[in-house]
Amino acid sequence: MDFFIQLLVNGLSIGFLYGLAAMGFVMIFKSSSVLNFAHGELMALGAFVFLVLIGWAELPVYLAFPLTLVFCFVLGFVVERLFLRPLIGEPLIYVIMLTVGLASMFKGAMLLIWGGNLYTFPDFLPEGLAIQWGSVNIPPVYAVSIVIGLIFLMLFGLFFKYSSQGIYMRSVADNQPAALSLGVHVRKVFALSWAIAALVAGMSGIVLGIINGINVHDLSSIGLKVFPVVILGGLDSIGGAVIGGIIIGLLETFTGGYLSTSLRDVVPYIVLVFILMVKPYGLFGLVEIERV
Amino acid sequence: MQEDTLLQLNNISVVYSDVIQVLKGVSLAVTEKHIACLLGSNGAGKTTTLKAISGLLKTENGKVTDGDIVYEKALIQNSPPEAITRRGIIQVLEGRQPFKYLTIEENLRVGTATRWGKPYGKDLEMIYDYFPPLRKRRKTLAGYCSGGELQMLVMGRALMAHPKLLLLDEPSLGLAPLVVKEIFDIIERINREQGTTIVLVEQNANMALRIAHYGYIMENGRIVMEGEAADLKKNPDIKEFYLGMGAGGDAKSYRDVKSYKRRKRWL
Repeated sequence: MDFFIQLLVNGLSIGFLYGLAAMGFVMIFKSSSVLNFAHGELMALGAFVFLVLIGWAELPVYLAFPLTLVFCFVLGFVVERLFLRPLIGEPLIYVIMLTVGLASMFKGAMLLIWGGNLYTFPDFLPEGLAIQWGSVNIPPVYAVSIVIGLIFLMLFGLFFKYSSQGIYMRSVADNQPAALSLGVHVRKVFALSWAIAALVAGMSGIVLGIINGINVHDLSSIGLKVFPVVILGGLDSIGGAVIGGIIIGLLETFTGGYLSTSLRDVVPYIVLVFILMVKPYGLFGLVEIERV
Repeated sequence: MQEDTLLQLNNISVVYSDVIQVLKGVSLAVTEKHIACLLGSNGAGKTTTLKAISGLLKTENGKVTDGDIVYEKALIQNSPPEAITRRGIIQVLEGRQPFKYLTIEENLRVGTATRWGKPYGKDLEMIYDYFPPLRKRRKTLAGYCSGGELQMLVMGRALMAHPKLLLLDEPSLGLAPLVVKEIFDIIERINREQGTTIVLVEQNANMALRIAHYGYIMENGRIVMEGEAADLKKNPDIKEFYLGMGAGGDAKSYRDVKSYKRRKRWL
């Protein structure tokens, strides 16, 4: 039973991280219908910037963490401005191919600077955050990732549901010509969604880096795991991304714990196939509203 | 240019994709606080004229290649739509185009994009007063609303932006006659009570000439006739080709349909 609870908690916290990463992915897809193949690289970049700030510049966490997030946010803006803006109005496939190119560019740059080595963050999380419950031991980083996941999920939920800026973003996703006709600044919306996506990607990269260590290849391949997560949750649902993330996270840890660690990367995909057979739009995807 | 002219198009040409010329020298003037209507058959260039004014041509690879558009003494041709909407020109697109996955109230809130951050509570109330059916359905997703409700929604959404000039593209499209009448009554009220200048594009010439002050007839990318709405209504050609009446003023019988071959006098 203790083993089960241990796995459950681990799965939940990994799941929240996947969910967070997927949230950024969904954000870009929702506003501009672009599948961002560079998402894993953005995650890795966030982790490395944090590593530089905390490990080499030796800044305290309360400075390094927000600074990294600001860096990612700005990076998102810059990427949109430099690479994606010129392609507005071109066929989507060009834009998607561009993100594939961005991915290898980022990856190359990171390999050039940091190489393919495995780094670890210095221990900065206070031991007091660890939860000891019977023989179940939850390390601080897992507790932190659950808390961060919950906070950001709520923030984004409120942002999209109630704030004007969030509603403008949804309107662009819904019907771009109509949004333009009402004066919504569509290019600003794209830029903002890239910035937010880079921010959450960076954040989940940091926490995953704490758990698994930081390595260019590992972190960017986690970016690929975003795909089953978002397809499971429904490509255009933020809440779905998080729940999809939790499901995939749980499946992974339980398969790894009870069956075999070599199966843990496969089982999520098998489950995905079955879920899509029953719910082709994903669990929470928008069902096309058709007026007949 | 007269003192109370809000918008003036001087001999504008519009070309799509660098090769397809749609407007061939259109000139028109819209008087402040009036309703001008633009009539014509399909493909005459009515919608293109509106899009040239609102800047939405750009998204369809169209361009004003000649002539100029003067609005409040400033040249606005080929400006991006973000800039034009902030000057107070809002276009209501043809075919309604709601945000299907947003609720009615969220749809209306998108209308505040040109004045982000300012309070909008009063405006919502005003819209609900003009369009009472919307109040009942404020929490419903727009995708599940009826055509009449949607037409009200998209007009209300545009009004949220406090437009000085409202461009309406075929508000009667696909609506039942009673609903059309209701919508046109509201358009007239908005013009009267808010002082909003309106350019109305319509197929339903009868309805449009009833509420408009001035009218233009378009054909093949040109304005072929213009005049006070009252005069246009009496014009025998307009009666025959747009209002569906015989030369004598009675409804036309199917037997005379061959007369479509008769050349219109202005061509």
